[in-house]
Amino acid sequence: MAALTEEQSILKDQATSWVEAELPVQKFRDFRNSNSDGGFDPKAWSAMVDMGWTGILVPETFGGSDLGYLTFGVILEQLGRQLCASPLFASAYVGASAINMGGNDDQKQRWLPGIVDGSEILTLAVDEQPRHQRNAIACKASASDGGFLLSGAKTFVPEGMSATTFVVAARTDAGVIELFLVPANADGVSRTQMDTVDKRDHARVTLTNVVVSGEAHLAGMPSGELYEHLLNRACAGVAMEMLGIGCCSFEMTLDYLKTRKQFGKVIGSFQALGHRAAELYSAQEMARSCAEAGVIAIDNGADDQAAMSALSKAKTGEFLFDMSNQLIQIHGGIGMTDDFDAGFYLKRARALEALYGNQALHRDRYATLLGF
Amino acid sequence: MQNANELESFRGDVRAWVAENFPASLQGADLAGIAGGESGAKASDTVRAGLEAWRQKLAEKGWGAPTWPVEYGGAGLTDPHANIIGEEIHRAGAYNPIPHMTGMGVTMVGPTLLEYGSEEQKARHLKGIASGEIRWCLGLSEPNAGSDLASLSTKADDRGDYFALNGQKIWTSGANISQWCGALVRTDTDAGKRDGISFVLLPMQQDGVETRPIRLISGISPFCETYFTDARAEKGDLLGNLNDGWSVVKRLLQHERQSQTGGRGVSMLDSEPLHVKAQRFVGTDDNGALIDKDLRQRLVRNYMDGAAHRLTAQRITDEASGRVEVSAAASILKNSNTRFAQQKAELALEIMGSQGIGWSGDDFAEEELGIVREWLSGKAMSIYGGSYEVQNNIISKNVLGLPETTQKG
Repeated sequence: MAALTEEQSILKDQATSWVEAELPVQKFRDFRNSNSDGGFDPKAWSAMVDMGWTGILVPETFGGSDLGYLTFGVILEQLGRQLCASPLFASAYVGASAINMGGNDDQKQRWLPGIVDGSEILTLAVDEQPRHQRNAIACKASASDGGFLLSGAKTFVPEGMSATTFVVAARTDAGVIELFLVPANADGVSRTQMDTVDKRDHARVTLTNVVVSGEAHLAGMPSGELYEHLLNRACAGVAMEMLGIGCCSFEMTLDYLKTRKQFGKVIGSFQALGHRAAELYSAQEMARSCAEAGVIAIDNGADDQAAMSALSKAKTGEFLFDMSNQLIQIHGGIGMTDDFDAGFYLKRARALEALYGNQALHRDRYATLLGF
Repeated sequence: MQNANELESFRGDVRAWVAENFPASLQGADLAGIAGGESGAKASDTVRAGLEAWRQKLAEKGWGAPTWPVEYGGAGLTDPHANIIGEEIHRAGAYNPIPHMTGMGVTMVGPTLLEYGSEEQKARHLKGIASGEIRWCLGLSEPNAGSDLASLSTKADDRGDYFALNGQKIWTSGANISQWCGALVRTDTDAGKRDGISFVLLPMQQDGVETRPIRLISGISPFCETYFTDARAEKGDLLGNLNDGWSVVKRLLQHERQSQTGGRGVSMLDSEPLHVKAQRFVGTDDNGALIDKDLRQRLVRNYMDGAAHRLTAQRITDEASGRVEVSAAASILKNSNTRFAQQKAELALEIMGSQGIGWSGDDFAEEELGIVREWLSGKAMSIYGGSYEVQNNIISKNVLGLPETTQKG
């Protein structure tokens, strides 16, 4: 665990106990079984808003606490542990980052207070094809009457059914990928729920000649840079959630190794399993270092933020991939049953592995950033 | 928490001192090899004289072992201060030879003496280590006691005022050039296998001690077989209590793991980044990417493993607020470092093609030959100091609390 300030420690402890008491994985199971609409429990979401988590990345002048990315990451890790479903990450992390970095003062005033009080739910709409590729954006934003005309089709949009506003990655007339704020209820926007293994809210979103004003364009950074920076930050955040999922999976597995008996002994006394646990634990420690370094690099404004983000997503992904498989394997038959939680962790792990690029993509980025 | 200003001002003092005192004659010399007594390391008289002068300067400051108390030859400094000394010496292109000149003295014997030694023992032994004048080896492993160290059979008979040692040790690093040895010996043959062991200190220059260097696959001989035939260890050199040597050695081995969690000092593998070497030997496409895509993937994984190891070592230091406790984390870091370093050497060899299988001669650059030898000697990393598998036993038992998987005597 990275060295935390007193304020960060308090928030972390608050998050840990709240998640365990109010939103354990059983709540996610109940929610899945209820076949309710939307991807999360509205009461849990408003509790998160009340605890101030939606304002962690928002400057105080716009109603937030401006505590930074490590703080937000620590919360995401705690939420990941119990697979808590909420639009916190999509809106208050990715959405708020987009506005903070790319918005002018009017845009910040228009959007940030709404993110903080939960009345606005933002989400990034980026992918158009099954495999994430940063440059594979065909969605168009053509200049028109001082505003823009947007057309394109997005897929795998997180919290896509509950979002009030999409942050759409689209190509301008100059061929550059820029970000545009599109209200979900604008004319020409339609969305459909995707039924995915993690049972979270993912949507297909279609934009057909959607008219937005010039104020929808986040133009606060040099051409194309906002999109890159935002994805880098998003990846570091996903890595922190993945870390939480992996750590909890490890603890469940370790518990089982200490309690399940076969051949008259607990199975953790067999060296093959003891060593596997040791390897997984070591991988977890390496993943934690990389994930925390990813968000810390953002807070520090480090020159190598892009590389650290790639490192965090790739190494955490590598750990979680193995860990989620071993969670099933070491639990044996019980791990295969829907009554046991292991499957939830495995399924969510793969959804996040794909989100904003898998391990291979981030290894490729890392090599490119290092110059080979 | 250290006062950051105080540390920065200390850094400035160290920097100035190093600039003033590091002999120019030592610039670029292979000090690690020379100080470590490696057979291949050659040094001119000028370099030897410079090294001795540099050793004396460092010893006067107590910087051979900066965290030890001043009365024992240290400087009484905190770990952050000691780290700064190391960083500044490294930054100046200099090198602190004292840890290497003492064999196992600074890293293992000294810290264990500080914890288990009597006042008399500390006063007698520690200064010679901190000053780099006395080289120590350790007689632990035996031909039939490797990972199962507690099954050792070298005996120490009580002869009144001294112990007489009989038996054979193996993998004693630098035994042929050491002045003193810390040996693990059996003092009670009837007790359980971990309960009848004691830890004694004995001088190597005596009739009862014979050493035979072992030639390794890398061509060098850093280790010896050491034979004790009525070798004499004074009663006053029993470290810790009689028959409690297992506690002493467990602590000693923790210090060993701690010393093996970082880099390997000066390395030919670091003379050029691996991806640059790969670009040179393998070639790149129009975008500057390596044309061997399979190699590129494995190379980037190795880079990431290295970054993850370094970040973890840093994180563990930070969490301890600068005070690196000898802890279970050492096993994790020893294994991650081993995995990374061995893989890195394999990648370097693969990249160099047939230039990566040279043994000697003008067909190969000095750097290429150095890398080949490092590749070979690096195979020991997963064997010495508790093998890779022994570290995993330690993690599973001591960190994760899983039941003991090995036989207990």
